[in-house]
Amino acid sequence: MTEMVYGTAPVRDVEPILPKWWRTIDKASMSFILILFAIGILLGLAASPPLAAKNGFDPFHYVQRQAVFGGAALVAMLLTSMMSPILVRRLAVLGFAVAFVALALLPAFGTDFGKGAVRWYSLGFASLQPSEFLKPGFIVVAAWMLAASQEINGPPGRLWSFGLCVTIVLMLALQPDFGQACLVLFGWGVMYFVAGAPILLLLGIAGAVIFAGTIAYNNSEHFARRIDGFLSTDVDPTTQIGYATNAIQEGGFFGVGVGEGQVKWSLPDAHTDFIIAVAAEEYGLILVLAIIALYAGVVIASLSRLMRERDPFIRLAGTGLVCMFGVQAMINMGVAVRLLPAKGMTLPFVSYGGSSLLAMGIAVGMLLAFTRTRPQGEIGDILRGRMR
Amino acid sequence: MIRTPLRPLARILEARQKGENPDAIERENIRLRHEEMRDKLRVRAEQRLLLLGIMFFCAFMVIGARMGDLAASEPAEPRAASGGASIVAQRADIVDRKGRILATNMETHSLYAHPQQMIEPERAAEELGKIFPEIDVADLKKRFTSDRKFLWVRKKLSPEQKQAVHDIGEPGLLFGPREMRLYPNGPIAAHVLGGTRFGQEGVHSAEVVGTAGIERFYDDVLRDPAREGAPLELSLDLTIQAAAEKVLYGGMKIMNAKGAAMVLMDAHSGEIVSLASLPDFDPNDRPLPATGNDPSISPLFNRAVQGVYELGSTFKIFASAQALDLGLVNPSTMIDIRGPLKWGKHKIRDFHNYGRELDVTRIIVKSSNIGTARLAQMVGATRQKEFLEQLGFLDITPVELQEAKRAKPLLPPNWSELSAMTISYGHGISTSPLHLAAGYAAIANGGYTVKPTLLRQNSAKYGPRVLSAQAAEASRAMLRLVVSHPDGTANFGDVPGYGVAGKTGTADKPKPTGGYYEDKVIATFASIFPISDPKYVLVLVLDEPEIHAAGELRRTAGWTAVPVAAEMIERLAPLLGLRPAIEPASLAGITLSSN
Repeated sequence: MTEMVYGTAPVRDVEPILPKWWRTIDKASMSFILILFAIGILLGLAASPPLAAKNGFDPFHYVQRQAVFGGAALVAMLLTSMMSPILVRRLAVLGFAVAFVALALLPAFGTDFGKGAVRWYSLGFASLQPSEFLKPGFIVVAAWMLAASQEINGPPGRLWSFGLCVTIVLMLALQPDFGQACLVLFGWGVMYFVAGAPILLLLGIAGAVIFAGTIAYNNSEHFARRIDGFLSTDVDPTTQIGYATNAIQEGGFFGVGVGEGQVKWSLPDAHTDFIIAVAAEEYGLILVLAIIALYAGVVIASLSRLMRERDPFIRLAGTGLVCMFGVQAMINMGVAVRLLPAKGMTLPFVSYGGSSLLAMGIAVGMLLAFTRTRPQGEIGDILRGRMR
Repeated sequence: MIRTPLRPLARILEARQKGENPDAIERENIRLRHEEMRDKLRVRAEQRLLLLGIMFFCAFMVIGARMGDLAASEPAEPRAASGGASIVAQRADIVDRKGRILATNMETHSLYAHPQQMIEPERAAEELGKIFPEIDVADLKKRFTSDRKFLWVRKKLSPEQKQAVHDIGEPGLLFGPREMRLYPNGPIAAHVLGGTRFGQEGVHSAEVVGTAGIERFYDDVLRDPAREGAPLELSLDLTIQAAAEKVLYGGMKIMNAKGAAMVLMDAHSGEIVSLASLPDFDPNDRPLPATGNDPSISPLFNRAVQGVYELGSTFKIFASAQALDLGLVNPSTMIDIRGPLKWGKHKIRDFHNYGRELDVTRIIVKSSNIGTARLAQMVGATRQKEFLEQLGFLDITPVELQEAKRAKPLLPPNWSELSAMTISYGHGISTSPLHLAAGYAAIANGGYTVKPTLLRQNSAKYGPRVLSAQAAEASRAMLRLVVSHPDGTANFGDVPGYGVAGKTGTADKPKPTGGYYEDKVIATFASIFPISDPKYVLVLVLDEPEIHAAGELRRTAGWTAVPVAAEMIERLAPLLGLRPAIEPASLAGITLSSN
């Protein structure tokens, strides 16, 4: 009756945003990220006062900044994770275009902060590194292209994305910023691998790398010395690696105690590249293993969700984002334990970082948006009797 | 335009015949193919994602394991930057021929200050003044309170001094490790060892650099890490060196000489067993070099190597030996010695008038200038120069001392006949006592040159032969007569049982302004012992000796250098392991009795 008088009450054909978000989000990965961020703040309390004192700030200047930027990053992450994959793709493509132009204009308007490589825009209160924002954007764009190339009669997306990848790698290498260049290349490579790279090509590349490495080792004294130096068990204790190794050894299993560590006074990058050494020294192996487990948890939870994903674009974009995230963490920690040659790379969410933290928040937000539970059309399979 | 094939062609043709729209069939076909392809790709992607996940898991596991491995290992003791390096940088020890240490290193500390870290700079300066009386406290206070960031206070500290500085309790006073060179025997062999100083200095270490003597000559060798601390073995014998210096010092004092030098050389290998120069110094605390024009007034001056003197009549034996060798004379050939011998404006005189003529042996025994000049005339200037060059008198001596490089013999600019005559009795040529020792070694060892060396040799090292064995033996017999003959100039030099042979030389000292002093001489005795089997050459030089003896003021070598050398041989020969030859006692003094 009421309906006849007042017309049918409008029924929302979509689920409310927040409940749907909460129902579908990858809660495990999200909590891991939040815990990592909290650990980062905790370690920042220990690791950054020496630097703050050196630069003439309050002891917890960097912790406050980390909290502000981290808060912004978490908000960005949550907002991004609420978007639909299509919206994420659209915004990411736009963001990629902006970041690409910004990267291209760096030589004209950028600054090097006296570090020898022009990578930043100075905004007064903070600096902005376009390549940080370019990375997730590029992953999405490249995933879009790779996915499109899988359509019948689709565009040659592999070639396009490869061309784009090489362009960006060259631009980054010219700054020079080999770390970011390698990450971009790695991200594209992983997506290409998941998109179905021919196994022969992969084996060929692996063989060529080994062959070239052997040739270089035998013929280039410089290269051989670098490798030998890395492989040798002796560490010069006055290098950053030496301090980091010593800090890990000092820490042992349970650490020397909160605030008791010494390495933060010796290492200029204790709050960024070598924060894991501070963690190991003050809190011991326990915390380090926890951090490793958290990163591994994010990566594996995301990958297992992506395995069930049927949309090629979402699958590829999610893979690229999570692998980039995981590899960055791996390289950072691998350097600290001398599994990898020294390369400056921050530990995502744990290391101190301003705009890079924001970019990482956006990237992980995208990842969370891609890994949300959504109907995968399994019912079609069931109906067609193609259950596996 | 790319032509896309119509698939499946059979059905499309059929549809066309029936007038149906073939596009629907084609789209349906595309959709089916697409789905099939996506399924295939998805399965592959699933596998590859699983592989990725496993790889990431393994990588994180490896990092975790490595972290655990590191955390379980003991932290390495932080190695100081200088720790490992200082062992290889250590300077090699110097030892004598029997392995006794002549120079070694000692760990000590330097003291430096960081004035800006000082709490009470004024008090620190005063306390330091009490510990080191030689420090200028007012100056130190000024420097401690200035805005300097770093200053050296002392280069070397004894352990007691270090403790005392510790007890000041001033955090701005800091110690740096130092390795200092130590000469445990003090002034013994000072001129051979030379000395060291600190080269480039850092807070954590300082380089030790040789400044003189063998430390300087072999600086690179001693610092060479490849030696791995193997000591440098010298030919010196510490016992003999000590005894020789003692005797030389006593002799210098008794003879009122202002300086003295001696060289004891193994005639067969050229090894210098002992080399001394007085006055000497302590290489642990090397005096500053002399500032004046005359370096010889400094105790650093090595008279045995660095000093070049006209060594006078000691040279005469070379003239006679060469004349014998060339067969121009034999020991009993009579030579006209009527004097004075005139050559142009020059007249050559003898110290005494020895009569009309003397045989060659007596010319040497009595030391006749005219006689040797005649012999030199017979030999000729060219051959004489050649002979002396072979004996090493014309070049700097090759001994391993830095100072030797500066001691170039003074030679006549033009080796005329007159020069040859004066050189034959040791005037007009200035060489070091070491040169003379090497020359006498050739006579002692039977005619071979030797290279004077301070490094231990294991066997005889002969150079080329310059004299026939006969000539050398005849020369030695003459030299023996100089000592043993009652008229010989060195008759005070006989040491019973050791058969000393030798030749004296007394040369007036040249004035720096030109000409010669009347009352200042260089007295030299060059000797060979034991004559029965010549092993050693001893050259002893006294600078300006004078002594009242037998009612006269005596300066000649026979009264000054010879007794000192005799005393020295008497002391050194047993130390050298020589047995005294028991001379047959004369039967005349013995009364045969029987009961």
